[in-house]
Amino acid sequence: MLVIRRDLVEAMVAHARRDHPDEACGVIAGPAATGRPERFVPMLNAARSPTFYEFESGDLLRLYREMDANDEVPVVVYHSHTATEAYPSRTDVSYAGEPEAHYVLVSTRDPEEHELRSYRIVDGEVTEEPVQVVESYMFSHTGADDVPDAG
Amino acid sequence: MAVTVSIPTILRTHTAGEKSVQASGATLAEVIDNLEANHGGLKSRLVKDGVLHRFVNVYVNDEDVRFSGGLEAKVADGDNVTILPAVAGGSR
Repeated sequence: MLVIRRDLVEAMVAHARRDHPDEACGVIAGPAATGRPERFVPMLNAARSPTFYEFESGDLLRLYREMDANDEVPVVVYHSHTATEAYPSRTDVSYAGEPEAHYVLVSTRDPEEHELRSYRIVDGEVTEEPVQVVESYMFSHTGADDVPDAG
Repeated sequence: MAVTVSIPTILRTHTAGEKSVQASGATLAEVIDNLEANHGGLKSRLVKDGVLHRFVNVYVNDEDVRFSGGLEAKVADGDNVTILPAVAGGSR
């Protein structure tokens, strides 16, 4: 399950709307220790295309160096589909290189209602996961805390 | 020619979880062959049909090797080689 703050969801959707009809892309970095998405990093789509996105290679290197220095990981890798549903395409799956990331897709094909879904993509296998939008991480419980203590 | 190679998460299964490893070679191709000798399976994740796989970006220091000779890119003693998965995709 992806637990994510509302302002971060709104930032991804706003980015996707802004770049429509081209695909928008970016990362939400978070501390390696918590795996919580915290720092919104919109990236330039070097392909500037309605059907393809790619982080520019220099930007990619700077981003990873920055995350390394901050002890962060790419918790969320997001991009938009502007004419199709928010489901990973075959191209998305073949490129997916972060087995621990939540791959978030935002579809902007409907001008009013966006669609936002999240997936794990590991070894070419796509698994959709629920998205829980929270106002703050302070009151949300995830992982082991979800399970009441036995007995 | 000893260089330090940064390994991305997805390839650390080949390096027993190590984030960075030492390797040697005068070109990127030699460095990758040397990596393969010590961390079997890495080469096929990086090279396909004699060229770098399009799913990975490889940098020597700050330079993407696609712009500096690809596998023939020169590597000098003390250089840092960084391997990153390309972040890309698309609706088709």
